[in-house]
Order: sequence, then structure tokens, then C-alpha cells
Amino acid sequence: MSDLTRLSAADLASLIAKREVSAVEVATAHLDRIAAVDDRVHAFLHVDRAGALEAAAAVDRGEITGPLAGVPIAVKDVVTTKGVPTTAASKILEGWKPPYDATIVERLKKAGMPILGKTNMDEFAMGSSTEYSAYGPTNNPWDLGRIPGGSGGGSAAALAAYEAPLAIGTDTGGSIRQPGAVTGTVGAKPTYGGTSRYGLIAFSSSLDTPGPCARTVEDTALLHAVIAGHDPRDSTSIDKPVPDVVRAAQLGKSGDLSGVKLGVVKEFSGDGSEPGVAAAFKDSLEALVKLGAEVVEVSCPHFEYALPAYYLIAPSECSSNLARFDGVRYGLRAGDDGNRSLEEVMSLTREAGFGPEVKRRIIIGTYALSSGYYDAYYGQAQKVRTLITRDFQSAFEKVDVLVSPTTPFVAFPFGSRTSDPYQMYLADLFTIPTNLYGGPAISVPCGLSEGLPVGFQIMAPTLADDRMYRVAAALESAVGTFTPPAL
Amino acid sequence: MAAISREEVAHLARLSRLAVTEEELDRFAGQLDVILQSVARVGEVAAEDIPPTSHSVPLTNVYREDVPTTSLTQDAALSGAPDAYEGRFRVPRILDEED
Amino acid sequence: MSYEEILTRYEPVIGLETHVELGTATKMFCGCKTDFGAEPNTQVCPVCLALPGALPVMNRAAIEATIRIGLALNCDIAEWCRMARKNYFYPDMPKNFQTSQYDEPLCVDGYVDVEVDGVTHRIGIERVHIEEDTGKTLHVGGATGRIHGATESLVDYNRAGIPLVEIVTKPVPGLGGLAPEIAKAYVAELRDIIRSLGVSDVRMEQGSMRCDVNTSLNRPGEEWGTRTETKNVNSLRSVERAVRSEIIRQSAILDDGGKIHQETRHFHEDRGDTSPGRSKETATDYRYFPEPDLVPIAPDPAWVATLKAALPEKPSAKRARLREEWGITELDMQSVANAGAVEIIEETIAAGASPAGARKWWMGELARRANELNVELTAVGATPAQVAALQKLVDEGKLNDKLARTVLEGVVAGEGDPAEVMAARGLEVVNDTGALTAAVDEAIAANPDIAAKIRDGKIAAAGALVGAVMKTTRGQADAKTVRELLLERLGVS
Repeated sequence: MSDLTRLSAADLASLIAKREVSAVEVATAHLDRIAAVDDRVHAFLHVDRAGALEAAAAVDRGEITGPLAGVPIAVKDVVTTKGVPTTAASKILEGWKPPYDATIVERLKKAGMPILGKTNMDEFAMGSSTEYSAYGPTNNPWDLGRIPGGSGGGSAAALAAYEAPLAIGTDTGGSIRQPGAVTGTVGAKPTYGGTSRYGLIAFSSSLDTPGPCARTVEDTALLHAVIAGHDPRDSTSIDKPVPDVVRAAQLGKSGDLSGVKLGVVKEFSGDGSEPGVAAAFKDSLEALVKLGAEVVEVSCPHFEYALPAYYLIAPSECSSNLARFDGVRYGLRAGDDGNRSLEEVMSLTREAGFGPEVKRRIIIGTYALSSGYYDAYYGQAQKVRTLITRDFQSAFEKVDVLVSPTTPFVAFPFGSRTSDPYQMYLADLFTIPTNLYGGPAISVPCGLSEGLPVGFQIMAPTLADDRMYRVAAALESAVGTFTPPAL
Repeated sequence: MAAISREEVAHLARLSRLAVTEEELDRFAGQLDVILQSVARVGEVAAEDIPPTSHSVPLTNVYREDVPTTSLTQDAALSGAPDAYEGRFRVPRILDEED
Repeated sequence: MSYEEILTRYEPVIGLETHVELGTATKMFCGCKTDFGAEPNTQVCPVCLALPGALPVMNRAAIEATIRIGLALNCDIAEWCRMARKNYFYPDMPKNFQTSQYDEPLCVDGYVDVEVDGVTHRIGIERVHIEEDTGKTLHVGGATGRIHGATESLVDYNRAGIPLVEIVTKPVPGLGGLAPEIAKAYVAELRDIIRSLGVSDVRMEQGSMRCDVNTSLNRPGEEWGTRTETKNVNSLRSVERAVRSEIIRQSAILDDGGKIHQETRHFHEDRGDTSPGRSKETATDYRYFPEPDLVPIAPDPAWVATLKAALPEKPSAKRARLREEWGITELDMQSVANAGAVEIIEETIAAGASPAGARKWWMGELARRANELNVELTAVGATPAQVAALQKLVDEGKLNDKLARTVLEGVVAGEGDPAEVMAARGLEVVNDTGALTAAVDEAIAANPDIAAKIRDGKIAAAGALVGAVMKTTRGQADAKTVRELLLERLGVS
């Protein structure tokens, strides 16, 4: 048997279903790979060897069948897993074992997918490089001296390093798509409300969206189909049928895009992107035109305010969402010497438990929600959000999908953007508008710039997730997939 | 002009229950100033008559029925507690409102 | 200086904020039960413990109850409104924010009519909104179990997340010296209205109804003064006392040329006055914003209309009607209402008892017992049907008053229906004339002096002999029958 870790999830599922390989063999191969390379990649914060093998054995016993039964998966550490440590890469949750599974984790288990472990990320999903993980950064398998993107750098790097064929990410401002782009993997942010947030440790409730990560568009769609769908435990979950993303991906594979209109956002085509990124994007557009697509330039005049609006809305919600980490019911408690008051102990706990980026965002959010500033900051950002939504809606009257580079720059070296937080924020320039609108978007590898992967982003109208999969699969069929150098 | 002063950052940190150090205050004050100057650009948009968006999904009236579900056991509820005593979460003394 | 004298120089303005814990089966945002008195932290789940990742979903019954309260208070129901987060740190609040409503309450602009001394006063209702309760904190190590001086605290989150409705009045000026009484009457009326809806047991002593009272004073013709907010007002009597004591306290400060500080004050049930709490100037900025985890509430107008049409008779109208039917005074009716006994007496009458009989048992023996056990009348152990049956046995002469009380004891002890208890305990009135005559004759023979007096016309002396007969029959005789028989035997009837 060839190296099981190099196969797609679709192929693994088919081999397991035909009993040509056992689920335990597949899980073991990936666990062994993790053991061999993760000291260099550091994609995982926790590996659950016993749990994964047990789940795989259940599939081998024929207890569970399904499209991805037996295919192992890595889960971002911001999603709760019952009895398995869940830290959100923060010291404040070190050692916490949730007494419950997130809805999407329940669905993975029901689908017979062994969970290999929990992946590294920026603390509480705040960051674009995993450098803000409290447990040390993840290294990009393409160049171990560079960032794997963030916040979901661990999930993306695990895919690129062949430690897992599939992974769960969460996307608040680009945390699935940007890591996908800089690691040469695929990552999709479903329509907000299309995937349940129950059990996703909240960063920004109105933006957070769990989604699938994989190395191929079809695999991404297969995982999307497993985790998506209405959840009565999430009030913002959409009670409508999930678009048939798997069929759309298979349709796109044929490479025919005739009649499909791609909108290029005028406001994104300035000097925001590195030349290599801009060039790869342009080549990809030409490839799509060859497949029959039509390219139309559209204007989204309020997109330039998306980044400022996002950096008011997300910190505001985070300042409230993270208030629960106070050292009373779970997690870290610091400074309790039997003498200090609760107020002091809470403040010392949060000071010791949160990293600098989390603290910065809590403070900004607290500021933006203060009574004297609410209208000028949070309130105004919510209005800008309306205008950005209208920009999307009017664009989608003219085109089927919007396209852009996923992120303005390829994987950057560690430390190059940490001293100036705002420079880090720019990594999400192209991904953030979608989160404010709530629609789906996908990043698919489209080329290399100076040997590093470049991502191509496809944004679709809300609930039209299938549309982006069709275009993504077509692009993939035209440009192929990208393999990092051997570790 | 700075968008935010060191004193304001200190006040916000207190409100947020963050016992930040002096060194952090120095660093954050500068960084937050840059960030706030940048995000203040939302004010350039003319949006007086624009309704704010608080939710991106147009849903209303999502309810559950008033039917009990299984609660956690007391042990499970307290399993993550830094300190517990006789079925309750133990916390240090709380400052009296009158203190 | 007398209270009356103060009111010649100052006009009070009052306002009341009342919290009512709803009697839903489950919490506001999760399916945990709301049973009172459960072991600590056994009615909790990831949602109400605010575990990372958990999300709220609103309880439809709580929304419905809030709308019904709003309608009963003559409010407009919002066509569209949102929940909001009220952010502040406190250990009894698991999320360190309270999910509440801010500038978009579910019900607005209503009123309650309150009658005091035959005059109706209209109290405006500004808003009725839905929110959630906090957990309960036990302070240990201090001298009195209070927060002050405690060395540590213990938190139970069973109550955290129970739906709470907040009812806020508009400021009420122009009440003069009646302000304390009207405040009390308003809370009583509110309690009766909510009880009539069946959405809460509204028991102030158990905390399912809690009141904050705002009071300010101004000189006639001047602008309203600075108000204080008195918390911890936990009985009807305290509402009245809290307003009165604030009027007296504030007037003394104003008389001395001082200023009233906008502050929270705590009412002390024992002393009958208030002490200062947190000053509002330094109070936390709650940083309200729309709750992103919950979607807006947009009640279907048809549903609201259905709820409105199905509202029960207003307690004031019902009281007036029943007072007529039962033939009792306003004061008596008021005490029935205060005891929460209106419905149960109604049901007992429907089961066949006379109004006087039904009222006698529920307001006497059973009210006393409910008080002792600190339970509702409905939980006292006797049903309206049983009380009606008991009264019937009395009316038929099978039980006298004393025996009936003993039978009732058996009923509430779970020994069965009155007839069963009477039979099992052998408590029936002795109606056997032969046995009674023997007992009467025995009493006459044993007390010749008294018998002689009665024969001489001193009928009043008969009591002693009746008592003697009752004693030998162990109370099972009907006193009236005994008396008649006695007089007959002595030849004076």
C-alpha cells in the first residue's frame, strides 16, 4: 500500500469502505506521521491516540458507515471535545476538559471520523500567524521559518504536513482561508449560520463560522456536508437544507465554467497585494476564463471600511465573550493567596491567563462599547456592516461570485509583523468583508510566489455555498494541487 | 493627537479585570492608539440613515420549548473548578459594595 | 418633625422596579429545571454555567409569559425587539454579563389602576422586559453570614438563568403623603395580576418577587429632585416603610441645605430604614450591546391578539364581583387576596361549600398551617374538594367545629378524605339520643347545685353542665343538641 497519509479523504473513504484498508491502519499511519514530524511542525496541541484508534476500530467493526467513515480528522483547539483537553491555545484554559462535545464534533463522531487531536491556533482565534498561541507557534511545512497563517495555522499545517487528511477550522475574519492560502491547502468558510457554533469557544459571535479544511476541493466539500446543517442549540443556525456542495465540487471538476460570471472587486486590485500574489491571481483568472468564465469588474465602495469595522465589532464582542474566563468555574486561577479579594484574583487570573493580543482586543472592545464612544465606534461599525452587505448584494446582482487573492502576502517570517499589530491585521484585508456580510467563501491554492503558495478566494452569496465550490473545483482542475518540499 | 491616553488604557484594563503591568500599559497605550486611529476611519462613512446590522442572518423568533433536559451532575459541573467546597464553587472574599 | 408636616413642604416622586421570577419548568436559555431547593449545582449545564462554547436558546414559554404580563398591564407589545448584554463582573453571574433587554423592551407604555381609600390612582408602566436571574452566593467566615467581613464565598448556580421579568413604572408624581401607601398598593395589585396569570408564584418572602423603590423629593413648583434607589425591599410592608423612611431622610437633608446623592440604598427590614450602597457616579458602565447569540423577537400580532383575548378577568374586577357574591367587606376581601386565597376559595365554593364556610377554613386553620410550613395554600395538603366535603359534614351535623379541626389535621396529614378520616378515627358527632340522655342525666346527678340553679331559671349556668357532657363524650357530641337535651331534662325548655 502506498503512503496512506498522501491520499485524499475521498480515496481513503473509498478504500476503507471497500475494506482494502482498515480505518485503524489509516488512523495509525497518520498518528505515526504526527509522531514523526510534529516536533518540527507543531500543528498539534494535543494528540488523542487512544480515542482516534478506538473510533477507527468502531468503523472497522462495521458499527458506522458513511461517506467519510474511518477518515481521520484534526480539530482546531477552539472547538470543545468531551473529555479531551480544549484550550483555545490559551493559558487560561490549560488542562480544561470540557464535559460536552460541540455539535460539529458530535457530527464527526456520528460520521465515524476518528479525531486525531486538537490543533494549534492563535489564542482564542485572534491572530493571523499562530504566533499568538500561548503554547508556541506552528511552523509552515513549506518553510519552517515562516508562519502557517492564523488563527487556524495548526489545522492548515497539519494538512500540508500530511499529518491529517481533513481538519476543522473556524473563520471569524479569515482564520480558515488565510492559513489555507499560505500553506497551499483548501479552506472554506460556510455561510454564517450554515454550521453550528455550539461548542465553538466564542471570539466574535456574529462573525465566527466553523468550516472544513482539506487538501482538495472535493474533500473540503465532503467534510462541509458532514458538519453543516441546522442545530437547535445555536439560535443563529439556519433551518434550511444545506446546498449540495459535494455535487457542485464534482461538477466543477469537469472544468466547464461557461456562463459563470466572476466579479473582480475594483477596490481590491490596487497596490494591496505583493507582486507575486497579484501575478498568481491574474494567471488564475486567465485560466478560469479559458474554462468559459466571464470576468466583470465590480465596485464595492465600502470594502475599504471593512477592516476598521471588523476591528471594532470583533473586539467588542470578544470583550464580552471572554468575560467568563474569571477563574471561578473552570480554568486558571492566579494570585489566590487566601488574602486577596475576588476582584484582585480575577484581575490577576486574567492578566496571567491571556496573552497580549487578547488583552489588546479586550481593551479595544471595552472602549468601543463604552457609553460615550458606542455610537462613534461600535454603532457606526454596525452601520458600515450594513453598507458592506449592500455592496455584496448589489455585486451579486451582476456576477455569480466575487474573486480576489485570499491574502495580500505569502507566508511571512516569524516576528515580522508582531511588533505592529495593525500590520498583522492587514493579512485579513480581503477575507474580512465576507465575515461582515455573512456569506460563504473559499480559498483554493492557485500558484506559487517565490516558492510559497498563493491562495485564490471565491466569495458567494449567502446560502449559495455550492457556487463557490464549483468555481474552486474548476480552478483546481486547471492549476493542480501544490506539494510542499519534504520535511 | 492621541486617540487614547495611558490613563484611559489603565481605566479600561481595570474595567476589563486585567491587572496589567506598568510596562504593558506603556506598550499598549502606543499600540492601541495606532489601532484606534485606524479603526476610527469608520467615522468617514456617511451612515446617518443606515440601519445597523447586529446579525448577518435574517432570523427572528428562534425558541425552544419549555421542556426540561438533562443537567450535568454536580461532579461534572464542578469538574473544572479551581476550588470547590460542598457542592459549590469556592471564591475568595468578595469586596463589599460598601467597602 | 412629623411626616405630615414634611409633606406640606415637599412633594415626593416615586418609581418602582419589580423583578418577578417566572414559574417556567426550565430556565430562560437552557433546559435545566427550575425546582426550588435542589442540591447546589445540580440544575446546571454548559449553557447556564457559561462553559466555553455554550450558546443560549430562548424559552418560548418565558417570552409568552412576558407578553401576557405586558398585556395584563395594558402595555403595547413590541413588533420587533432584541436581547442585549449588560456587561459587569460578578461571581454569581456565570457569563459576567447578564442577558437582558436595553433600549428595546418587549412591552412598553402601560398602566395599572390602584385603589386606595376608594380613590383610583393610575400608575404608568414604562416597560416590561425579560432577563435572567443570577446564582446564589453564600458568604462564609464573617460574623453574620453577610458579605461584609466574610473570608470567602460559595456559589451555587442553580438559580442562574431562571427567567426574570422586570417591570418598571414611570415616575409617579403628585401622590403627596399617600405615596408610601400607593406604592404598597401598586405592588400588591401587580402581584395579584401576575398571580392571576399563573406565570409566577410571586412570593416576596421567597424572593420570586423583588422590589426596588426610587424616591425623590422636590419643593412645590420646582423640578423633580435627585432620586435614590432603595434595594432589598422584600415585603409589601417594607415597600411602604422604605418610601416613608426615604421621604423622612431626604427631607432632613434638604432642610439642612444638603444635597441628595444619586445612589443605591439598602433597606433594612429590622430597623425600617435605609443605608447607602454603591454611588451611581462611580457605577460601572454596563456597555450594553445587542446579544449576537440570540436573534430578534418579533411576536406575531395574531399570537399576541390570541393571548390578549385569553387574559383572565382583572383581579380588581374579580375582587369586586366576588366581594358581592360572598357578601364580605372590602377589608376581608383584601385579606383574602393578600393570603393568595381567592382562587382556592372560589374552587371550594364551586365544590359545594358556602362562601363563609370556604373562607373560614382557608383563612383560618389552613392559612395558619401554610404560614407555619412556609408554603402556598395550594401546597398545604388539602384540596378545595376536601374542604368543601369537610364543611358539608359540619353542616349536616356530623362534625362539630372542634371535631372538624381534628378531621382536617388528618386530611392534611394524608389520611384521606374527611369522611374517611372521620370514620377511621371515630370522630363522628354522637347523635345517639339514648347515650346522650344517659350522659346528661349523669351530669345532672353529679352536679345537683348547678342543676337546681338552672331549674330556678339561671339558664346561663347550663354552660357548665354542657361542658361536663362534652367531656364525658370526648367532644363528640353536638353542643347545641346537648344543651337542648339538658334543658329539656331539667324541664326549663
